[in-house]
Amino acid sequence: MLVTWMRLGAMALPSATLTVFVGVWYLAAGYYPPEQFPGPQAVALALVELTQDGTLWANTWISLARFAGGYLLAVAVAMPLGLLLGRLPLIARALDPLIQVLRPISPIAWFPLAVLWFGIGNAPAIYIIFLAAFFPVLLTTISAVRSIPAIYLKVATNFGARPAMIFLRIIVPAAFPGIMVGLHIAVGTAWIHLVAGEMLGAQSGLGYMIVDARNFLRTDVIIAGMLVVGLLGLAIYQGMRALERLIGRRWGLAQ
Amino acid sequence: MTAEPKILITGLEKRYASSRNGEQVAVTGVDLTIGAGEFVCLVGPSGCGKTTLIQLMAGFEQPSRGRPTIDGRAVTQPDPDHIMIFQDYGLFPWKTVLDNVLFGLEARGVAPGHARTRALETLELVGLRAAAAKHPHELSGGMKQRVAIARALAVKPSVLFMDEPFAALDTFTRLRLQDELLGLWQAQRSTVVFVTHDLDEAIALGQRVVLMAAGPGHIQRIIPIDLPYPRERTSDEFARYRRELFAEFHLVHQWAANPGGDVEGRGGAGI
Repeated sequence: MLVTWMRLGAMALPSATLTVFVGVWYLAAGYYPPEQFPGPQAVALALVELTQDGTLWANTWISLARFAGGYLLAVAVAMPLGLLLGRLPLIARALDPLIQVLRPISPIAWFPLAVLWFGIGNAPAIYIIFLAAFFPVLLTTISAVRSIPAIYLKVATNFGARPAMIFLRIIVPAAFPGIMVGLHIAVGTAWIHLVAGEMLGAQSGLGYMIVDARNFLRTDVIIAGMLVVGLLGLAIYQGMRALERLIGRRWGLAQ
Repeated sequence: MTAEPKILITGLEKRYASSRNGEQVAVTGVDLTIGAGEFVCLVGPSGCGKTTLIQLMAGFEQPSRGRPTIDGRAVTQPDPDHIMIFQDYGLFPWKTVLDNVLFGLEARGVAPGHARTRALETLELVGLRAAAAKHPHELSGGMKQRVAIARALAVKPSVLFMDEPFAALDTFTRLRLQDELLGLWQAQRSTVVFVTHDLDEAIALGQRVVLMAAGPGHIQRIIPIDLPYPRERTSDEFARYRRELFAEFHLVHQWAANPGGDVEGRGGAGI
C-alpha cells in the first residue's frame, strides 16, 4: 500500500512541476505580445502545424542523421585511437600538448573554417558534431585504458596470452565501462552542438528550422523547435542509459 | 619429499631504485632449493621481501643478482607452467566463471571442445560446477579464490605460486580453503610456493616453512614441519611448532627494534 503511494508520489511530483511550469508560462505569456513571447497553446498549435505540413519530420530526420553520422564517426576514430594511446604512453605524451591545446577550442569556433572547407550543407554540421564528441571519447578512453588494474594483465601474461589476445580480450573489455562514460558525455555535448552547427551552416535540420523561424518572427515555431530538441535529447539520453545497463549486465557489473 | 630440485635459488638479490634515497634492497643473499612436488610456505612480517621473492620466482620481477631457475631453466618471464594466484583473485569481471577458467586454456591454444570439458572438470574439482554461468561479482570471496585456483589448475601447471591467497577471507572460509588446497595438492602433486603472514596457516600447509625477516629482506630460518596431513591444528605437536615460530618471530622483533645489538641471536638463528 505504502509502496503504491510512494510510486504514485514519485510520478506525481515531476508531473506537478511540469504543470506549474506550463501554468507560469501561460500566465507570463499573457503580459507580452505573442510574437515576442508566445504561450503554451500557441506553441502547441505551431507543433501541430509543423507536424501536419511535414517540416518537423523532415528536419528531425536530417538532424538525427547528421547527429548519428558525426557522433559515430567521432567514436570510430577516437575510441581506437584512445585504446592505442592508452597502451603507448610515450606517444600519448608526445601528442598531449596538441590535444590539450585543441580540446578547449569550442567546436563553434571551427565553424568559419568548416564552411570554407566543406561549404554550406551537411558537412560543416557533421564536422562540428564530430569535434564535440571526439575529445570526450578520446580522453576517457585513454584514462580508462590506463586505469585497468595491473592484475588483469599479469594474469593474462602468466597464462601466456599473446599481445593481440591481451588487447582484444582483456584491454578492450576491461576499459569498456570507463569508455562508456565518455560515450555518454559525448552524446550530450554532440547533441548540444548539433543545433549550433545547423543554425550556422545548414539549410535544413532543427537548428535551421529555429533560425528560419526567427527570420519570419515565428516565435511559436522557435519555441516548438527548442522543445523538440530538448525532448529528443532526453530520448537519446534515456536510450544511452538503457544501452549502458544492457552492457553492464553483459559485463557482469550490474548490481 | 627429497625429489630432484624443482626451483633453485642461489645468492638472489633484488634492489629497487627509490626516488628519495637512491636504492633500496628488497631481498638479499637468498639461497633456497625447492623439490618437485614440495609444498613450501614463505612467512614473515611485512617488508621481509616474501612477496618480492615469489614475484621473482614467478618471473614478474627481474632480479638484480642470482636469477632463479626452474627445471634447470633460468626464469626470465612469467610462464604458463608456473601460475600465480593472487590475494585479490585477478578474475575478469566481464567473463563468467566458466569463461574465466577457459581463458588460460584458450591462451594456450587448447581446442574449444576439449577446453570446455577440461574447464568444467576443474570447476567440479573445486566444487563450483554449478556456478559456471555466474559472474564473479555474484560470488563470495572464497568462491572467487576457488575459481582462480580452478583457472590455474585447468592448465596443469607444474608450479603454483600463491601470494597470500586466503588473507582477505574470513577465518572459517580460510580454514576450509586450506584443507581443500591440501586435498588438491595431494591429488595433483604440483609444487606449491605459498606466501602468508599467518603462522598457523604456514604450519598447517607447509612441508617446510621459510621464515623471512626484514631490513633488508632475507631468509632467517627454514623449519621442516614433520607432521602428517591433515594436520590437527589443536594438537600438541602443532602447538610446539607454533611456539618455535613465535619464538623466532620474537627474535626478529628484538633485532628490528635494536639493529645490530642482538647479533648473537640473529647469527645463531640464521644458520
